[in-house]
Amino acid sequence: MSEYSRRDLLRSVALAVVSAEAISAQEGQHVHQMATDRTEKSGRYEPKALTAHEYATLERLTDLIIPPEGKSPGALAAGAAAWIDMLASENERLAAIYTGGLAWLDHAMLGRSEKNFVDASPAGQTALLDLIAYRKNDSPDLGPGIGFFDWARRMTVDAFYTSKIGIEDLDYRGNTAMARYEVPVEAIQYALKKSG
Amino acid sequence: MPQVVRNSPVYDVVVIGSGAGGGTVTKVLADLGVSVLLMEAGPMFNPAKDIKEHMWPYQVPHRGVGPHGEGYFGRSPFTFSASFGGAQLDGEPYTVAPGSDFSWFRSRILGGRTNHYGRFSLRFADYDFKPHSRDGLGWDWPVSYEDISPYYDKAETFIGVVGTKEGIRSAPDGIFQTPAAPKVHDILTKKACGKLGIPCIPMRSAIITQPTNGRAPCHYCGQCGRACMTASNYASSYVQIFPAMKTGRVKVITNAMARELLTDDAGKVRAVSYVDKNTRGEQQVRCRTVVLAASACESARLLLNSKSPRHPAGLANSSGVVGRYLTDTVGTGLSGHIPALEGLPHYNSDGYGTHMYIPWWLWEKQKDVGFPRGYHVELGGGFGMPGVGSFQATCQRHEGYGLGLKKAIREEYGTGVSFSGRGEMIPNEKSYCEIDPQMVDRWGIPVLRFHWEWSDHELKQAEHQVRTFAEIIHAMGGTVTGGRRGSAEAGGGTGRQVISRGGAVIHEIGTVRMGDDPKTSVLNRYCQSHDVKNLFVADGGPFVSNSDKNPTLTIIALAWRTAEYLAEEMRKGNV
Repeated sequence: MSEYSRRDLLRSVALAVVSAEAISAQEGQHVHQMATDRTEKSGRYEPKALTAHEYATLERLTDLIIPPEGKSPGALAAGAAAWIDMLASENERLAAIYTGGLAWLDHAMLGRSEKNFVDASPAGQTALLDLIAYRKNDSPDLGPGIGFFDWARRMTVDAFYTSKIGIEDLDYRGNTAMARYEVPVEAIQYALKKSG
Repeated sequence: MPQVVRNSPVYDVVVIGSGAGGGTVTKVLADLGVSVLLMEAGPMFNPAKDIKEHMWPYQVPHRGVGPHGEGYFGRSPFTFSASFGGAQLDGEPYTVAPGSDFSWFRSRILGGRTNHYGRFSLRFADYDFKPHSRDGLGWDWPVSYEDISPYYDKAETFIGVVGTKEGIRSAPDGIFQTPAAPKVHDILTKKACGKLGIPCIPMRSAIITQPTNGRAPCHYCGQCGRACMTASNYASSYVQIFPAMKTGRVKVITNAMARELLTDDAGKVRAVSYVDKNTRGEQQVRCRTVVLAASACESARLLLNSKSPRHPAGLANSSGVVGRYLTDTVGTGLSGHIPALEGLPHYNSDGYGTHMYIPWWLWEKQKDVGFPRGYHVELGGGFGMPGVGSFQATCQRHEGYGLGLKKAIREEYGTGVSFSGRGEMIPNEKSYCEIDPQMVDRWGIPVLRFHWEWSDHELKQAEHQVRTFAEIIHAMGGTVTGGRRGSAEAGGGTGRQVISRGGAVIHEIGTVRMGDDPKTSVLNRYCQSHDVKNLFVADGGPFVSNSDKNPTLTIIALAWRTAEYLAEEMRKGNV
């Protein structure tokens, strides 16, 4: 069965699903289209939980966590900071984690370079992150920064890889209808050979 | 002001609950010409808006972590699930006795949990029906494999189940459609299992791969938990109830929360009292017979709440067994990183989720394994759709940030395997539910209080599960990357550290068990109440034991048998 005829079959899908409320095939298809056609909204995001300065700091932080590289965009382009701010605006615990953590970041950077995090040199920023990005550096001095960075990394990664560009970057090939389920022979041979 | 309607028509059968049991009873009775009133505590299932299939995470504002980021704080969001439920339902609390830990998932939608469940469809083995005869623990069922086998045949033929004939005693063969091919990680797992003498066979799942009763075959998107646009998996809503409604013999009332069964002077059920959630008004429907299929614990709750001077301990409870012998499945999990999968050419591996599994393989060596009963193992892996949390383990392992982290995520994607152990819990005296003496729900209905205790049998089994998974991962040349709790990371840990919470596997079973002796059981061998002849139960409640097999297929088979028996008894004028 070709993909095209498979689409026809999908169009008749809702026929198979005989609803009590007499859902028509068109309506069923409509939902399907909505799911596949909807794209991310664009436009400048206005932070709701964070101040403009905090938000700028978070944007920089997320882009350091998942940076762009060649054709592969980073967390900034994926709107990671906007997503985190949106959730923080709905959740006091998250808001406290981020306002407190970003303030810690500024304070730690001021002590090192007399600048806020976002205004510090890239080398200064990464020097600080190199400390708080690893549990082995845990100390009374760095502990709060390490705890905060764990949250920021986790949520930045979540934001990036659940975005359209992050999913493309990962080369996930599914979430589609297939007439037959086939596993490429070369993939099987590759793994069997490598497994010894 | 409650509005009680006393002049409603009398229905032949009122079925309470629309999941696997209620859906099956409704379908079978409608086919036999019996009129049915089906009551569901949640709303109608509307395929056009309730199926989240093919949605991307970025198509919901919170990306799937749940409103308010609840997924980051221990509350599982069922964002894309079509089961409309969870362990916390607004206005519908339950309590857990001090010292116990139990989580109670409830679904509130037509089709119930069948709208999201794993679709695994495993027959009980012959010995699973006679566990006490085998090892002196628990109780035997009043029925045997031979009694239930014809109903497994009917269930599999009608709902459609993929699988292969293997001739393994612990995993009886059924009537199967052709399964999809194994995924790459399945092939590696099977190879490693071969070295360890562990069988690894195609999973039996309620998925169709050929047109069946007007339903289109699977389109392999891997999202069965979201219900299915093409009705290619089993859910009672679109496979049984909607077609049954077309016969004209089935009436469905939604948003109807059953409160109490009302009895007549002869002690038979004459009506069901329920709350219309839309108006909060109380209503009654009259019936000749009633079938409880509200889930094991909800059915027990309804019986315990149906108290009268004649039935002071609740209806159908002269044995005192209603609510007792509650079991769940012993669950553990372990994941591993497999170097042989590094650099694997990407392919669409979605399929229908789990394609292969490990049936229990040590039933002949039971004395040597150190615990009674067994478990099976569900395999996971492949290039899954990324979601919130997908790379948390990679982040924890790799730490750092920047291009190095990005590279690590890209390289580790698709290199993981996971093993979910699902094993038998033996019913015990300390695990049960009862009516909480103080708390009521939003409609004034007394709620359940749970008591829970795993015994050493389950704890030892859980340790064995995790040890075995670690052995398989090592045999694949891999390393263990994570388990349920920290100590499992080395593939070890005590049973208490690695075992699931009670109720967490959502296989709660056994609260109104069957038996031949009315003193020790609630129902007879046809799931008919010993005490109240026009009362039947068709969910997980009648189970006498909770074998390692996922309960849904057996719920369907028992319900089918009960519905045929009920129709025949009704025809004879016995109920």
